[in-house]
Amino acid sequence: MEEAAAEQKYNFDVVRWFAVMTAVYLVVGALVGVYIASELAWPVLNFDSPYLSFGRLRPLHTNAVIFAYGGCILMATAFYTVQRTCAVRLWSDKMAWFTFIGWNIIIVSAVITLPLGITQSKEYAELEWPIDLAIAVVWLSFMFNFMMTIANRKTSHIYVSNWFFMGMMIMITILHVVNSAAIPVGLFKSYSAYAGVQDAMIQWWWGHNAVGFYLTAGFLGIMYYFVPKQANRPVFSYRLSVIHFWALMFGYVWLGAHHLQYTALPDWTGSLGAAVSIAMIIPSWGGAVNGMMTLSGAWDKLRNDYVLRFLIMSLAFYAMSTFEGPIMSIKTVNALSHYTDWTIGHVHSGALGWVAMVGIGALYHMMPRIFHTPMYSQKLINMHFWTATIGTVIYVVAMWVSGIMQGLMWRAYDEYGTLAYTFAESVEAMHPYYAMRAIGGGIFLLGAVIMLFNIIMTVIKAKGQGSVKAAQTAAVAA
Amino acid sequence: MSENTQPTGLQDKAERNVWLFAFLTFLTVSVAGIVEIVPLFYLDSATPAKNIPGVVWDRGDKTLDEWKEGDGVRPLKPLELAGRDIYQKEGCYLCHSQMIRPFRDEKERYGHYSLASESMYDHPFQWGSKRTGPDIARLGGKYSDEWHIAHLIAPRSVVPESVMPNYPWFMENTVDGEEIKAHMRGLRIVGVPYTDADIESASAITGKTEMEAMVAYLQVLGTMVKFQEGVTYRE
Repeated sequence: MEEAAAEQKYNFDVVRWFAVMTAVYLVVGALVGVYIASELAWPVLNFDSPYLSFGRLRPLHTNAVIFAYGGCILMATAFYTVQRTCAVRLWSDKMAWFTFIGWNIIIVSAVITLPLGITQSKEYAELEWPIDLAIAVVWLSFMFNFMMTIANRKTSHIYVSNWFFMGMMIMITILHVVNSAAIPVGLFKSYSAYAGVQDAMIQWWWGHNAVGFYLTAGFLGIMYYFVPKQANRPVFSYRLSVIHFWALMFGYVWLGAHHLQYTALPDWTGSLGAAVSIAMIIPSWGGAVNGMMTLSGAWDKLRNDYVLRFLIMSLAFYAMSTFEGPIMSIKTVNALSHYTDWTIGHVHSGALGWVAMVGIGALYHMMPRIFHTPMYSQKLINMHFWTATIGTVIYVVAMWVSGIMQGLMWRAYDEYGTLAYTFAESVEAMHPYYAMRAIGGGIFLLGAVIMLFNIIMTVIKAKGQGSVKAAQTAAVAA
Repeated sequence: MSENTQPTGLQDKAERNVWLFAFLTFLTVSVAGIVEIVPLFYLDSATPAKNIPGVVWDRGDKTLDEWKEGDGVRPLKPLELAGRDIYQKEGCYLCHSQMIRPFRDEKERYGHYSLASESMYDHPFQWGSKRTGPDIARLGGKYSDEWHIAHLIAPRSVVPESVMPNYPWFMENTVDGEEIKAHMRGLRIVGVPYTDADIESASAITGKTEMEAMVAYLQVLGTMVKFQEGVTYRE
């Protein structure tokens, strides 16, 4: 009855579409990831084809997981939670559909243009200028609709999850506009407005804040709604939420410079970036504690609530990654870790462990509530949990070992005071770890396929039962 | 146990007004960019070596072809620019850095540490973030053209351990001088000092293969500045 009331009051249609596409894109993004990981282990897989070569597919992988999977789950959850926490329907249904269709057209255009080699060659901002313009328009429609819904709210205060979503939307708008500034020289080619050292700083200001705001603030918005909901407990500490939010908004933006330690960037900039990076452990762990302690007194729920398992595991990875990151930003550590696979391992402990898992948890939480029928299989959710966890751990461990080994081999000297290894020897030494990474990624991909199957079966089940229709037409007490 | 602290003061006001909340967020996220990025556009410390003789090419009214190795940083010639376009297109920067750090092992492996001025005309920068393959900031002149061609067609024919893709299509595809002209005009708008004559000279490269363009680009990397013993190029 309550569910039917929600169905009729809120716009869940657009949420349903975003939710299903999230599961599709996670499979696509992970599949491309496993493929390019395999290319590094077995280069014959490049097949002498431009469209399959590593350099062109790698941006497709990052764009698919960040903007297709990440974008769809952020938009699904933002639209779902803003309505529920504000007790009001979306400001504009039409604009929400515009966001859905526009975002998916952008994704399709990325899938076409990137393998063709159409790229601005700025990491995580590869898409060419016509697509960049489309991103700006669709993103603003997302933000405007979200903020107008909050402005229309029936509650007195704005709930904490909405702060984080808004923080993401505002900062990503600034980042996207500034970093993508370019001079078009053709329909499919442009050059960055900035050069050299300024371009490097702006690019990593974007690069690290795509992580800090899109993949952290946005997904913390997810965490602050779905963890308390799934645990059926209020957020542990309101005060900690306030500190977490403002410290994250202020602090994260400084960190980009730590990607450029010992480069031609002035020393003070990198040092400043590293100093603030270390300070960021405090708010990050504050947030992780805030999420985990929400479960205090209800830890037993982890025994049979598989969805909660995803959410809590994601917080464990969030805490781990936000500790590892600051350590890697310290100059002496960075001297070893920079340019190696350690960075790739760090990114994936965040991306697979935190971003993917918290999103997956939220998706499993929403599915029964937007399709008005239980998930097709609880067992498959548990299976997904274990494949995702094991796959992530294998991936990350492989990259830790290979990264540290690379860093040590490059700087090793023999007894005569000459370099101990050629670069090619370090490449050869990576082979077993690249194979291991591909296997770890493959296990994670298997989990994503299980989820997609489970979700499709749930949608088919809902269709068969007519559960969505029933909720839409049920008589609801006024 | 959960606390039931109530918001007070500005926080309370912000939580009641979405526009105030958004405005405060906007101010908060803007600080770091203003402190870290804006100064790089006017502080001399961003490009500390640019006034050292021999770092930036003092062109006068010479043509690009009159530049000699070691004369200092200059804009790329049309064929080199075509090569750089291919470098971007193929995503080479994802596995190769062009930024040598001031460490003993990097000096011995790759050469003199990189200067900010060396990428002053690089829109966008190509410093990279990962060395799946080696740094190539000073690749120019280390290998013959024939080696590069063999290596690009089939990397494992010359480096058995390599995991680089083969690029056989570089031999077949050709570059278009008219397109490169448009590219040079665009770069001039964002600050690369190309003359009209430089741009006109791009017509001549029409019909050259992508391989020729790539090799031209790779062979110029790191050769522009002639480093002098005992001069400190960074603070």
